[in-house]
Amino acid sequence: MGDQHNRSRRRLLAGASAFGALGAARAFAADLGSSGALGFTELPDGALAGQVLFSLPGKLPLIKKTYRPPNFETPIEYFRTAITRNDAFFVRWHLAGIPEIKGDQWSLAVGGESAERELKLTLADLREDFKQAEVTAVCQCSGNRRGLFEPHVAGVEWGVGAMGNAVWRGVRLKDVLARAGVKGDALEVVLDGADTAPLDKTPDFVKSIPVEVAMDENTLIALEMNGKPLPHWNGFPARLVVPGWTGTYWIKQLTSVKLVSKPESNFWMSTAYRLPRGRFKTPSFKSQVKETNEPITTMVVNSLVTSLRNGQQVSPGKAIDVKGIAWDGGSGIDRVEVSTDGASWYAAKLGRDLGRFSFREFSFTVPGRDQGALVVMARATARSGETQVEQLIHNPAGYHHNVVQRLYLEVV
Amino acid sequence: MKTPAMTAAALLLAAGVTSAQESKVQLKDGPGRDKVNSCLACHSLDYIQMNSRFLDKAGWTASVNKMINAFGAPIAKEDVDVIATYLTQNYGKLPQ
Repeated sequence: MGDQHNRSRRRLLAGASAFGALGAARAFAADLGSSGALGFTELPDGALAGQVLFSLPGKLPLIKKTYRPPNFETPIEYFRTAITRNDAFFVRWHLAGIPEIKGDQWSLAVGGESAERELKLTLADLREDFKQAEVTAVCQCSGNRRGLFEPHVAGVEWGVGAMGNAVWRGVRLKDVLARAGVKGDALEVVLDGADTAPLDKTPDFVKSIPVEVAMDENTLIALEMNGKPLPHWNGFPARLVVPGWTGTYWIKQLTSVKLVSKPESNFWMSTAYRLPRGRFKTPSFKSQVKETNEPITTMVVNSLVTSLRNGQQVSPGKAIDVKGIAWDGGSGIDRVEVSTDGASWYAAKLGRDLGRFSFREFSFTVPGRDQGALVVMARATARSGETQVEQLIHNPAGYHHNVVQRLYLEVV
Repeated sequence: MKTPAMTAAALLLAAGVTSAQESKVQLKDGPGRDKVNSCLACHSLDYIQMNSRFLDKAGWTASVNKMINAFGAPIAKEDVDVIATYLTQNYGKLPQ
């Protein structure tokens, strides 16, 4: 413990002096989407310089990462509540061809060699012929926080906002699959959306999930988000919702669902969205495991402090409110602990439980301090026992960043 | 899923929404910049700026090859080095 304490103290001092050199004004200026301003390692300088606030039609100003295909991040202020509003929800597309779909012209094809029969379902069919179901769940891009990787890795250089939490309502995928008839040899369910690549040679964005995940009662074809139709940019009129699993599987503008008996082998399954095998404790997607790597599956436990900025000045004796959100891959949040020295950790108060797949709010009050520097850290632990890591678990594609946040404050 | 009508509508929508903004994204001038404009077939050029400056020549070469081999970018073999050199010089890792 002595060692750990000393290490934390050294980090605290290093952070405090870095802050001193930077100066308070600089720390607060131009921190749009800056991960450094949140106490993390900073985004690549080119990513930081290229970011602007921009409103896509129907959306609030979000942090532009790329215009085409559109990749936009949710600013931190929208994470001060457990539910993320639709018009602030992040936008992530792989391919630039995104059709504007009219609800009455859309239909969903259900079939595949492991289905007894083929179906074609309209929105009215889904609303009227199936029991409606609801789940509150976090949708987080696999690469959320990729920009915080040190050393940096190529890709969309997301800060902390490629995620959101919503109440999803629609029909259970298992009910739709049951209507088509699931044969005994069904191994995966292959999902395709209406988006297309500008070049014919580019692999279409198609993903698969294990049949047992498809048959989970929480896996939905969502038609509504927070009580409203899905925004165009978030997959109108229907998207898959796979609670606990990263956003890559949440196919938007869903047009095709196929039951298959062999592993889906397109680029987006066999090459992209993979982790070095065995580096994380998340569940394996067994039919897709290769010798050296395996697909990303569920999210790792994580948290985000939304009430403080790195380098923030506080008055002596004034209590410091530490507020934020925590989430994991579906076991639910057991506790969030806050520390101001890296050695002693105190339980934060948890907010209302909106279900095991949801953001969970937390709050903690640090008693007022005398003049000097302090660090504030928050660490979430899931009911599975998994806790946030001290050191980044590096991987080539930049997934699963859940390093404990360290915010340096100055009492002056 | 692809139909010709859908693709046309998609391109129109994408073009209408962001083209004005996207055209403000300008790459640095330098030898090879004209070749890099072929990237525009599939994505805006802010992808390049966003991924700077941390890749070395090998890293940028790998990115260009990924565009060709994984995504089918119509880039001639003899242009790979021209593009990777331009990207390294203008958006690559700075000497320590």
